[in-house]
Amino acid sequence: MKPGHFTAAKRQKQPDIPGRQNRLLLWLKRNLCASPLQIALTIIALLLILYSIVPFIRWALIDAVWQGENRHACTTLLQGGLRADNWSGACWAFVRANFSQFIYGFYPVAERWRVIATFALALLTAVPLLTPAVPHKFINAGIALILVPLIGGVLLVGGVFGLPFVDTSLWGGLMVTLIIAYCSIILSLPLGIMLALGRRCKMAALRLFCVAFIELLRGIPLVALLFIASVLFPLFLPQGMNFDKFLRALIAVALFTSVYIAETIRGGLQAVPKSQYEAAASLGFTYPFAMAFILLPQAVRLVIPALVNVLIGMFKETSLVYIISMYDLLGIVRSASMQANWITPQTPATGLIFAGLVFWFFCFALSLYARFLENYSKRERAA
Amino acid sequence: MRRFFIIFSVFIAAYGFFTGFVAADTLDNVKKRGYLQCGVSTGLTGFSIPDEKGQWTGFDVDYCRAVAAAVFGDGSKVKFIPLSSKERFTALQSGDIDVLIRNTGWTMGRDIGLGLTAVGVNYYDGQGFMVNSRRLPGITSIAQLSGASICVQSGTSTELTLADYFGRNNLDYTPVVFEKFSEVNAAYDAGRCDVYSTDQSSLYAVRLQLTNPEDNVVLPQLISKEPFALIVRQNDTGWANIIRWTHNALLNAEEYGITENNIDDMLKSTNPDIRRLLGTETGTNLGKILGLDNDWVVKIIKNTGNYGEIFERNIGRSSPLKIARGINDLWIKGGLQYGIPVR
Repeated sequence: MKPGHFTAAKRQKQPDIPGRQNRLLLWLKRNLCASPLQIALTIIALLLILYSIVPFIRWALIDAVWQGENRHACTTLLQGGLRADNWSGACWAFVRANFSQFIYGFYPVAERWRVIATFALALLTAVPLLTPAVPHKFINAGIALILVPLIGGVLLVGGVFGLPFVDTSLWGGLMVTLIIAYCSIILSLPLGIMLALGRRCKMAALRLFCVAFIELLRGIPLVALLFIASVLFPLFLPQGMNFDKFLRALIAVALFTSVYIAETIRGGLQAVPKSQYEAAASLGFTYPFAMAFILLPQAVRLVIPALVNVLIGMFKETSLVYIISMYDLLGIVRSASMQANWITPQTPATGLIFAGLVFWFFCFALSLYARFLENYSKRERAA
Repeated sequence: MRRFFIIFSVFIAAYGFFTGFVAADTLDNVKKRGYLQCGVSTGLTGFSIPDEKGQWTGFDVDYCRAVAAAVFGDGSKVKFIPLSSKERFTALQSGDIDVLIRNTGWTMGRDIGLGLTAVGVNYYDGQGFMVNSRRLPGITSIAQLSGASICVQSGTSTELTLADYFGRNNLDYTPVVFEKFSEVNAAYDAGRCDVYSTDQSSLYAVRLQLTNPEDNVVLPQLISKEPFALIVRQNDTGWANIIRWTHNALLNAEEYGITENNIDDMLKSTNPDIRRLLGTETGTNLGKILGLDNDWVVKIIKNTGNYGEIFERNIGRSSPLKIARGINDLWIKGGLQYGIPVR
């Protein structure tokens, strides 16, 4: 091709491509002001934002108190404090002063490295387990599901290897929330799968047992289950046989979660086409192998969103241990906001917002991960 | 629900009676264990609450420390076990705690029906009133509250007591009821009612959360009796004695002016009452009979101070709560706190 043959003698006028500015305007016009009704709705929404978000930001960030020694920092002159009258703002100084308590509860300060070590360990083993690309899932799972809780338990409780004993009644805050959530997940997932399989089992006794177990626990509210674990249970044990309240609550939450997981997984198993079962059988797969390598993977893949839903619900429900006098994150925030040293009109709200943000962070992370996993498994199947 | 818990607790008590599930010698168990297990509230401003460093503080908490000081000479040898109001009695019955010091009202039903026994009242509470003095200026007594709108939590004994009292005295009022404690606080603060009624000790804590605490006056009168008791298991009188006399020792120490600061001088006192209380009088062996040392009261005072000091430090003048001594003053000052003679 000869160069220049097709080149225009004169530069053509560029067609009207909307610039950055124009594009924004265009988007606004298309999405927010397309019709009179839309314009009205846009205005209403803007007003709502103006009237709710703006004062909230003012309260939470601009008028907030970030530093202070005690309640004087967050009270007005009239209330005996330092702020001007009619002042209202978040009292982050309170969260700062109590921050380590919100994280570790009453865990002795000198021993807190043990909590950090445990969580570092859990994180280090969880990351490779949760990253699909990393091989050796079985070994990883063994480490994360069996070894980590054992090592973590020894590390946190102590009493051996020269580690001072730390009673579980001293545990509190975010640490308790995360421990209960972690242990509940690793206990309830296998238990839930077994219950789901048991419920679809051909042996009548086993099936009946699983049905009864699931229906009984699903029928009891978690609050009642926690009460049974904390109040009733010790009375029916002989004197001196009582075992740890924290462990009792943990088992209660795990059992409660496992029945929901069982039902979710059963739903997944039912959704796997019957031909898959038959194909597995005709290839000579025994029941355990067919389940482990053909049916369960498909079933679990189908119910990932529902499973994450259950786990997020469980994570938030851990805060119910507050009613049996254990201080999880929410419990300790609520209790701390009544300290005589910090009691002000602003502290409860500030504390609750802090707790809410922490809970949101973990739940959102969980659902982001679930979305990633879903997309990943879709790609895998397509490939 | 409340009735259910009472029936349930009675059932448990009966079960405990027949099986005898708690070994009787609590003092021995406590000494062997090396620390006291004290049941406290999960978080009540001024009475029992963990501070920023996670240390338990408060009026009830100091009572636990006083008992630990009497037994071990060291007020830090306590494990605080926070309990909700539904757990508190079963925790004591099942032996999870040695003593319950948790703003628990002493009633006949609880005393005789649960296998438990109350040995003293560390704080006399009752239903009181807080008045918004800007809306209702010049109110000094409940009799002037006719026609007022009163915020109260629904479904509580507070609501019933209020209705009974105002009916009996032919006073009109408009109840403004809410389901939750926090809602009542918010409503009162927002001016939806003139008066707030609940336990008086709580009113002082609520007051600190209001926008204008100075405008709100807690009336001195009470319309119900809510004596916060020290409670132990019924089957161990020896242990009950230790709790009872720790309480009385604290009261007598205040009456005789024995404080944390002057205790060493007081040991040289010639006043026979003081000498008997502190175990310095020759021939005094009351402490030994209790199963403790003869200087048990000295140990208590060195750890926590006397009743008045515990009161002022946690809920009185030196605290943000600023609760008036009122009926919790000593009997010689017109209050109800009467230390039984230690002799």
